[in-house]
Amino acid sequence: MNKLALVIRDLHRAEGELADELLRVSDRHKADHDIFHLARDLADWSRAHQRALTRVGRPRGVRIFMETALPHKVSSAVRQRTSELLGRRHTPALLLLRDLRTVYAKAVVVSLDWEILAQSAQATEDAELLELATRCHDETLRQMQWSNAKLKESAAQAIVTP
Amino acid sequence: MIAEDRIAEPWGERTPYGRGDAWPDRVDTHLADGVTPDAVERWVPTASLLHSNGDAMDIAVADGRMVGVRGRASDRVNRGRLGPKDLYGWQANAAPDRLTAPLIRRDGELVETDWETAMSVVAERTRTLLDERGPGSIGFYTTGQLFLEEYYTLATLARGGIGTNHLDGNTRLCTATAAEALKESFGCDGQPGSFADIDHADVIALFGHNMAATQTVSWSRVLDRLAGPNPPAVVCVDPRTTPVARAATVHLAPRIGTNLALMNGLLHEIIENDWVDHEYVAAHTVGFEQLSKLVVDYPPERVAEICDVPVEDIRHAARLLGTADRVLSTVLQGFYQSHQATAAAMQVNNIHLLRGLLGRRGCGVLQMNGQPTAQNTRECGANGDLPGFRNWANDEHVRELAEIWNVDPGHIPHYSAPTHLMQILRYVEDGSIRFLYVTGTNPLVSLPELERVRRILSQDRLFLVVQDIFLSETARLADVVLPAATWGEKSGTFTNADRTVHLSEQAVEPPGLARSDLAILLDYAARLDLRDKDGGPLITWHTPEEAFEAWKRCSAGRPCDYTGITYDALRGGGIQWPCTPDRPEGTERLYADGSFWATPEMCEGYGRDLVTGAPWSKDEYTAFNPAGKGMIRGADYAPPHETTSADYPYQLTTGRTLYHFHTRTKTGRVPQLRAAAPEVWVELAEADARSHGWSEGDLLRVTTPRGRVRARLRVTGIRPGTVFLPFHYGYWDEPGGYRPDGEDGRAANELTLTDWDPVSKQPLFKAGVAAVERIEAGDSR
Repeated sequence: MNKLALVIRDLHRAEGELADELLRVSDRHKADHDIFHLARDLADWSRAHQRALTRVGRPRGVRIFMETALPHKVSSAVRQRTSELLGRRHTPALLLLRDLRTVYAKAVVVSLDWEILAQSAQATEDAELLELATRCHDETLRQMQWSNAKLKESAAQAIVTP
Repeated sequence: MIAEDRIAEPWGERTPYGRGDAWPDRVDTHLADGVTPDAVERWVPTASLLHSNGDAMDIAVADGRMVGVRGRASDRVNRGRLGPKDLYGWQANAAPDRLTAPLIRRDGELVETDWETAMSVVAERTRTLLDERGPGSIGFYTTGQLFLEEYYTLATLARGGIGTNHLDGNTRLCTATAAEALKESFGCDGQPGSFADIDHADVIALFGHNMAATQTVSWSRVLDRLAGPNPPAVVCVDPRTTPVARAATVHLAPRIGTNLALMNGLLHEIIENDWVDHEYVAAHTVGFEQLSKLVVDYPPERVAEICDVPVEDIRHAARLLGTADRVLSTVLQGFYQSHQATAAAMQVNNIHLLRGLLGRRGCGVLQMNGQPTAQNTRECGANGDLPGFRNWANDEHVRELAEIWNVDPGHIPHYSAPTHLMQILRYVEDGSIRFLYVTGTNPLVSLPELERVRRILSQDRLFLVVQDIFLSETARLADVVLPAATWGEKSGTFTNADRTVHLSEQAVEPPGLARSDLAILLDYAARLDLRDKDGGPLITWHTPEEAFEAWKRCSAGRPCDYTGITYDALRGGGIQWPCTPDRPEGTERLYADGSFWATPEMCEGYGRDLVTGAPWSKDEYTAFNPAGKGMIRGADYAPPHETTSADYPYQLTTGRTLYHFHTRTKTGRVPQLRAAAPEVWVELAEADARSHGWSEGDLLRVTTPRGRVRARLRVTGIRPGTVFLPFHYGYWDEPGGYRPDGEDGRAANELTLTDWDPVSKQPLFKAGVAAVERIEAGDSR
């Protein structure tokens, strides 16, 4: 397999992990309504990136078998219910900080992978790939910015106020 | 005393005028039955407190009682006119069930007590929590109906004294998106246009704004233009066939939740046809190229499909907006409380930036307010920003504020944006906020998903203080209820939706032991013994006028500069800020020279991501807009979070009637207004009603995943597939008192979902889906 194919596959996997993480975080914090909704919206971005990678991979000799990872409906429902039951407690706020940190860390991996891909696209004068990398990377940065901002916004109340 | 029935004719008789002419006077008066004009002893100046238009009026006083009202002909806002709520609403002050003594909860029941007992309990609980759990355990939730002096006092005691970040207003529900859209486009809050632009416009475009119901007097002004020579064209965006829609040249009724797609389509046409003022764009804006690239994907054909609007109507509306010499745009809840609220509202600003239609007669944007004093909630720092439109992320702004208050900058919370209401509620839910002080608002009727709100606010561990003039639904859950004086019973200033400041003077004594909100807040601050950094009292004022003078110092040099205004000057009529000693006449329109308060040093916020709501850093803002120009920013349409299904086939939207205000606490106690709209109803389109075989007056049940409401059917011109409920109706005049008596509720917010715009944090009342069924046929069959 050529090296570009490796990069595309890595990136595809990293986007998938980020999307899964965002969905888990969404479910786990259903009582925090903006986390619930936005994490889902942002997971959609990563899913779209995956589809785009599959599309550009094909003519470049990269075959990606999309794991048709249907959302785990049962575990998702359990997580959501648990969040609602724990909604009256303040301790899960600490869990939220940890979850946001994980999202951020996973998004950083994705971001770096897009940079690698963008550099390769420039070097090979692959305009289509470069356009995709630029567009998607911008959204990855916004996913990072969101998790970072939510973390900043939530930290004081979570840590300082009992 | 008024010749006609202003319930049946809310906009009164026409006084037609032509473009550029002065709007003729028309003085509206209403005196109580049996009171003749010569029996009136005094006329006391004020302005209306039951909507955001700020109509200047005088209260008639005889024998120490209010006996009527009269519009003030000399005032720039209304030229003597008054709306139905102004003409009749004052009677609520004398309602027999006004709160006249403080109440305290003893053995589960609210019982009367004295001020000393009530206030010492409130202050003591605050102190204990501060000592044990810190300022993050204290929250304040205020309103859009107090006076400027009261908001500034509240912001000072909460942010500068207690040091909590948890202070917000119910303006979050009505006007947060207006403020945010203005900040994102122009760098700072502040209404660009003026109501006088109605006199000059060639096109008046109302985006999600049923002005006929929300600002009846300004709608009279539009009707007078329409009845005169060279009338303006009217563009209306609204899913309902409102009076505005009926008067419109083009009426667009988009599918709920698709406003942004529609706006992108209109901008696509404006750019595609090159109706752009390139000179203005180059000199005064940033971001044009990105927007042009974005809206390429929104040709009218695609937008027509997303929004379910005829393609020729989109083109027609775009041509009117794109080619008229003078365009006035107004925006309200149809955009602010709907999906992608801030992004959609900003696209209206973009039309004006692209065409250079700002700061001139007839060319303006009015990002409207819902409530009468919402502008003051915003500018005084009681609604998500620091006082004087200061930027919480700008250390220099925080330092300035600390200097004004003489406190340490570190004592003013600015580690993140001030906590917005829905997050405050979440902190109450998780138990980290244990004390919530609510002034002049009624979350138990006005917030989304009421069953959730009731569960949160009825927790034992929460100490709830409610300061109000009636025993509202929320007050019934309180630990302490503080009886307040209201409009006409206290003095102070407030500012309407076009920056006009009015003085409202005390006409009569408040009932019983009720005290002004200012007096109560000053008492609270004194009991907390809040000090500045040198040990002096933090709050140095005692009267409304002293509070106003203190506010002037805080506003100095900021966009909302009040330093040229005095109580005496206001006795001559309303004045529009900014008003400085050099410009004592005030400022009619902002941004006349294409310069904005948007430099990184001046701006109120560094901007937010329009999809995620994440705040930008100073560096990001400076890179995008180093010279402080107008900001043209767009976003892609995304489908709403909740979509129709077989179980919930209708889209739900909520709104108002022109006869009621907010949760009806005042207007529901006024005979004429109560009779005009006595009971909640539900609207469906004729096609939908017919398909079910239902007719007007049938009793329906509306169900969503959150709750159930029953209401009588009105068949209207609303777009098919949509169900509408007015949000005013609660439970204070029903057996339940503060909640439904039985399975079905009466409050529209039993049904609404907990979701908010990520940028403005305004709850989305006009989103979500519903099922509708018939419980029983009406009398009409």
